[in-house]
Amino acid sequence: MNAEIKPVSGVLFKSLGFSLVLALLFTLVANLLPQVEGEAPVEQAVDLSSLTVESFSALGERLFAGKGTCALCHNTLGRAPDILALDMQIISAEHLQDQRYQGNADDTESYLRESMLDPGIYVVKGFGKKGSNDSVSPMPAVNKPPIELSEIEVNAVIAYLQAKDGNEVTVPLPSEAPAATVQQVSPTVLADTVEAVVTKYGCQACHRMLGSGGDLGPDLGKIGDRLSSDKIRQSIIDPNAVIVEGFSAGVMPDDLAGKMLVKELELMVTYLASGEKPVPPPESGITSTTVGTTR
Amino acid sequence: MLVINSYYSRRVWLMLLLVAALSYCWLGNISLGDWAPEATATEQTDVAQANTTIDITARVSAEGALSVSEPALVPAPTPSRKDYPDVGVSSRSIVWVVAQMHLFFGALVLAVPIFVLVIELLGVSSGDPRYDDMAHEFMKISITAYSITALFGGSLALALFLLYPDFMAYMMRVFGAQMLVYAVLFFLESIVLYIYYYGWDALRYGNAKWVHLSLGLLLNAVGATLMVVANSWATFMMAPSGVNEVGAVIGNIWELMKGPLWNPINLHRFIANIAFGGAVVGAYAAYKCLAAETVEARAHYDWMGYTSNFIAILAFLPLPFAGYWLMAEIYAYSQQMGITAMGGILAWLFIVQAVLIGTILLAGNYYLWSGMSRTVGSRRYQGFIKYIAAVLVVCFLIWVTPHTLILTSSEIAALGGSYHHLLGPLGIMPAKNIAVNLMLIFTFMSFQLYRRSDKVAIVWWATAGNAVMIAIYVVAVANIIFAGVYYGYFTNTVYKVGSSVMQVVSTLTVIISGVVIDAFMYRGAKTIPSHWGQVSNRSQYALFALPIAFTWLMALMGYVRSSVRTHWHVYTVMKDTSPDNFIPSIGYAGNMMTIVTIMFVLFVLFMFWIANLSGTKQVLPMALPVTKGNAKEARGVLCYERRD
Repeated sequence: MNAEIKPVSGVLFKSLGFSLVLALLFTLVANLLPQVEGEAPVEQAVDLSSLTVESFSALGERLFAGKGTCALCHNTLGRAPDILALDMQIISAEHLQDQRYQGNADDTESYLRESMLDPGIYVVKGFGKKGSNDSVSPMPAVNKPPIELSEIEVNAVIAYLQAKDGNEVTVPLPSEAPAATVQQVSPTVLADTVEAVVTKYGCQACHRMLGSGGDLGPDLGKIGDRLSSDKIRQSIIDPNAVIVEGFSAGVMPDDLAGKMLVKELELMVTYLASGEKPVPPPESGITSTTVGTTR
Repeated sequence: MLVINSYYSRRVWLMLLLVAALSYCWLGNISLGDWAPEATATEQTDVAQANTTIDITARVSAEGALSVSEPALVPAPTPSRKDYPDVGVSSRSIVWVVAQMHLFFGALVLAVPIFVLVIELLGVSSGDPRYDDMAHEFMKISITAYSITALFGGSLALALFLLYPDFMAYMMRVFGAQMLVYAVLFFLESIVLYIYYYGWDALRYGNAKWVHLSLGLLLNAVGATLMVVANSWATFMMAPSGVNEVGAVIGNIWELMKGPLWNPINLHRFIANIAFGGAVVGAYAAYKCLAAETVEARAHYDWMGYTSNFIAILAFLPLPFAGYWLMAEIYAYSQQMGITAMGGILAWLFIVQAVLIGTILLAGNYYLWSGMSRTVGSRRYQGFIKYIAAVLVVCFLIWVTPHTLILTSSEIAALGGSYHHLLGPLGIMPAKNIAVNLMLIFTFMSFQLYRRSDKVAIVWWATAGNAVMIAIYVVAVANIIFAGVYYGYFTNTVYKVGSSVMQVVSTLTVIISGVVIDAFMYRGAKTIPSHWGQVSNRSQYALFALPIAFTWLMALMGYVRSSVRTHWHVYTVMKDTSPDNFIPSIGYAGNMMTIVTIMFVLFVLFMFWIANLSGTKQVLPMALPVTKGNAKEARGVLCYERRD
């Protein structure tokens, strides 16, 4: 039983090498996946002077998908009512008529505000917390941690929810807000450099520019050689008007220009038309304020 | 007389065990209302809504529970970025590495005494001294880990106080004296551990053995208490309780500890620690098995490796269910947090998790299949292996199939959309639920076939028993596939989630009924000789794969658990405004995980080396005849001999 046997040679190095290769394999898998960072909301300066109903609702749309984290649940996966697929004016009217409704709202705007600030007042059937028989909402109050939307940000989201289906926007623009409130939040961020505009609208997700970017859309590095300023402007405002050969229609959002500030649009047009030469930032004239957004 | 004494000692010991278990149950389920000031939810909200200067002295005094006046409610600090010391490198990365190392070794030193106690008890009940020797050897391996745990624990505390002073000040204020209790427990753990380990041979037989087992029980009780105390800090950070909206303490220590995620994390970590500990000591056994120079040593370490793998896989099988409970509680606490983990920015890392768990299951199964070579009785079942392997591989591929792909325009055109028309449906949870449950069932099947391979059932109902077992497998597999496909693809989300419970019940039914049927069917069975050590060298590498995958998996889950707090130190009450307050990308996190895994492997090698060193004795050198060429060496030897 105590017969000698020949041990495996170099066990230490073999076992170490095996372990290292396996750990590196896992690292490789992690690095092959899409690399996304979850940024904390940061305060940014915004331009109140250029605020319009459109840009205010555009801010609401960004809050809906960003800081407000509304899109985490309100999507097509059925965790919460798919707000983007519903006309909120009609839905609000229906819910206000419901016998289960116990709140104080009397119109779309107040209903939406109430739903965001005190979601438990009326829980849509089938979307309550498990076991609560739709008496408790899983939705957090958006003006409290961890979301912490300000009053103006809540209004911006309401403006978006009204405007997205072509309904009348009834919420006040923040320029009418008291000065103290304005110091805390505001709607629209002016990106005053090319890099800031590119980052703000995510151009590099599809286009190669500023030395990097994707290939879903044409390379914009030399676009100034082929297109005039007017054509570039038109391509941004109506991207499906002319499709470059080899690329698909409908990939670039056609509402991009609606979200951009005029100064931002002109900054990009000038920059692209010049063949990626540095351009001076637009004149500011901004009422200083901040907005919660993500980096 | 010795027999009588042992008999009574056993009864006393079992009573002690029962009392300990009941005490734990009582602690776990104690009604906080009995301890806490009777503040209703409404009252707490009122306190929260009032500002931070309310004095609760009167309320607490009225209860009579505390005679010392409480200070005014103080909110959580709100540090700005400049309040975080800048040491030139990422503070989070420093804490990440040190905390992870502390957790790895902490898990190991908490887990090993659990199964050591069980093996020791098995040795007493079976009378087979090999169990006792193996239990002792497991302790010998892990004893150094205790010191390493303490070193990293101290380093972690230092790093946290240095790099996150406001956060630590807040945590100290919230938990206060409880942290001192933790320190006292730590001393107690040290004392009991060293008596348990160094007293092994002194308390080996008769009544003394029961004293030793009691020490083992006490060691585990203290260790488990340490774990649940430390867990309460982590779960407080994820789902704070006992504080108001601004983080001011309004509850007692039990309310602070017993947040909604505390018990799910306690259970999950308890089970995961055992699986992890089994995997690490399995690697030691594999190394020793490969390096064995005698048949006897190879047989011993092969058996030790098998036992370790058994422990690791047995603990691993229920782990997904504990994880399911934890995630369910996270969703119940905050749907937003749950979705951030499972369907938001962190969703991609579950692909990595699938790769890791797939590796664990494939390695565990491969080891079992290789182990069948120990007995000729396994030839009856070897034909099944290729089918089990095929199911495991297919399920593994389904599990790692992503849903949303990053595609170029040409790839989108080639696919005809963002999702492949056939593979797209495999990327969502219902397909993965089917895959993971089938992998667990077929892993159990491998285990069952392995256990049966050196036995022949002789009970009269063996054929019927087999038929029932096969029927249970067939019904469970059909149920899992049906529930996954029908409720997963043809109903809405509510039923989709509910169907996973049905699948879990099917899997558990197979495992439990398999264990019960075999326990009765193979009672008194005819045994076929099994030869320990008669196993391929390649199979031992499966035992190296397990701890690497487990270690990486622990690091990955730690990353998820921390990240779901997003930009909060303590979710909803204390913001993280440090430069590292974002969720890092999975690639960066993966690099960190590999760094800590490699560091852990190096420290574990040191631990094994120390364990071997303690059993190594220098051979007494023989006196050399003095010649002209070796006069110096010979004198040295003689001197050595004289000293002795």
